[in-house]
Amino acid sequence: MHPILSSLRRFILYLIAWIPLAALLAYLMAATAALTWRQAVAMSFPLCLLFSFVCLSAWYSCRATPFDTSSIAKLIRVHLLGALVAGFLWILAAELLARALSETRSFAPLAARLPRVFLLLFGTGVLFYLLSVNFYYVLLAVEASKEAEARVMQASVLARDAELRALKAQVNPHFLFNSLNSISALTSSDPARAREMCILLGDFLRRTLGLGEKLSIPLEEEMSLTHAFLAVEKIRFGARLHMEESVDTAALPFHVPPLLLQPLVENAVAHGVANLVEGGWIRLHVKLEGSALQIAVENLFDPEAPARRRNGVGLANVRQRLEARYPTRSVFSAKAEGDRFRVALSLPAEKEAPSA
Amino acid sequence: MSSPLIRAIIVDDEELARQILREFLSAHPEIEIIGECANGFEAVKAVAERQPSLIFLDIQMPKLDGFEVLELIGNAAAVVFVTAHDNYAIRAFEVHAVDYLLKPISIERFEAALHRAKQRLAGNPPHTPLQPSDLAATARPPAQYLDRIPVRDGARVFIIPVAKLDYAEAQDDYVALVSEGKKHLKQQTIASLEAALDPSRFLRIHRSYIVNLERVARVEPYAKDSHVAILHDGVRLPVSRAGYARLRAFLDR
Repeated sequence: MHPILSSLRRFILYLIAWIPLAALLAYLMAATAALTWRQAVAMSFPLCLLFSFVCLSAWYSCRATPFDTSSIAKLIRVHLLGALVAGFLWILAAELLARALSETRSFAPLAARLPRVFLLLFGTGVLFYLLSVNFYYVLLAVEASKEAEARVMQASVLARDAELRALKAQVNPHFLFNSLNSISALTSSDPARAREMCILLGDFLRRTLGLGEKLSIPLEEEMSLTHAFLAVEKIRFGARLHMEESVDTAALPFHVPPLLLQPLVENAVAHGVANLVEGGWIRLHVKLEGSALQIAVENLFDPEAPARRRNGVGLANVRQRLEARYPTRSVFSAKAEGDRFRVALSLPAEKEAPSA
Repeated sequence: MSSPLIRAIIVDDEELARQILREFLSAHPEIEIIGECANGFEAVKAVAERQPSLIFLDIQMPKLDGFEVLELIGNAAAVVFVTAHDNYAIRAFEVHAVDYLLKPISIERFEAALHRAKQRLAGNPPHTPLQPSDLAATARPPAQYLDRIPVRDGARVFIIPVAKLDYAEAQDDYVALVSEGKKHLKQQTIASLEAALDPSRFLRIHRSYIVNLERVARVEPYAKDSHVAILHDGVRLPVSRAGYARLRAFLDR
């Protein structure tokens, strides 16, 4: 689309911009060809109006000859040729106009004096044309940089979508397989409990499946997702899993990215409780401090436990998502002290999903 | 059929996972469950004290993982790995596990594994006399070196973090691992230990010695063709000509 013709507003502004140019031309003609002011204005304004349309056509040759990829020789050839043609056209138009005007008596000497301004007309014609070429190249460059910016924006949106999709798939398959094995064991020894575990597992899966499309969910929802996860793990690990919570209820309505808390608790189970013969505790702290949510998950672990493969994948995921969402307003820390491991998050307390 | 009872133990840290194996085994009067263990230490102890011939072994457990348990008990029993992870299967067969069962366990797969185990116990001894620890070392993916070495002394298990290993000395079929002034014997060849250790931290300075480079205080000429490495605690280790060349190459880097 032509940047000027595509909007009436811009087209009017464009024509207004030509008024001083027409005035300048009138002045020059009056000065060099000894035309009267009336004659000069009568010539210059129609000519400029016509030429403003000629210059609009420069856009197409600019677009067809991209500044970055065309050779300098080609740029000069194309635009100089355009400028020369435009200049000649302008002289022709001036001649025709002068003849037409000469019909009236007050403009009678016009046609005779016109050859004196041929050079002036040609020069200004070439100049105006080249100026508009310049203008269009600037416009094209601005447009290109805007497009690049939009692409970067789009890429980051896509990256976040991909992250969320990856996250959906992140529900640990080993958690599933082990849970199914537990259910299988319970079917003969305690069918009621087997059924209960099926329902708990189903509940957890259903909650995670719906999260892929959401940018954020109330902390309360994330908490109940985490509880559903823990209910299943509690059956697997029995008395080895001790959960302690201190949760500030004022924090619950605020929104957080989905699957922020659950991976931290899952990590605490997999690398803490699961590696301890006698089991261990997990402590969850949630606080609202001013305009920030403070979340901490602490657990006991065995510093001498055999290394596990998935070590840290869940934590890295949470950290990256926090950084992507709140580059300057979030804090993530994870550190081991003796036999305790503590992950602490701080993020802005927001009521609604942040705009995309 | 009057074959003797097969003595089995079940090793898994989750009670329900042990329970289902117990249930499946209850249909087999020829199998006697002589013990259940909830972690790797207990497993090594139970094997040493009660000598089962069949072990159902979980891989991810507290204290010692399934591979480390197998490394410590050697070829003493037929091992069936039972795990939710399918990514250890190749390693499991490389250490000559009888079978590899995935959770949730199906009764058919369980029966098949039990059948294979019985065949193995009936007199097809493993055709490779290789030590499981040697196989474990070769099965390790490259650039993933040991960060700890489990060692067994009777029914007791010690874990030596490699950072605390001063040096290792070959002694016939064993290596003596010296850490914090104590010597631990382990049935392994020094070559396989060398392959499992990070070469930027441990160096074979002699046919019989691997040294932790952080422990070396200085190296002095000894005889015409050899040197001696002196550790920070004063221990003197022989350095062969080839070992000295390797040491020089390392120091020049």
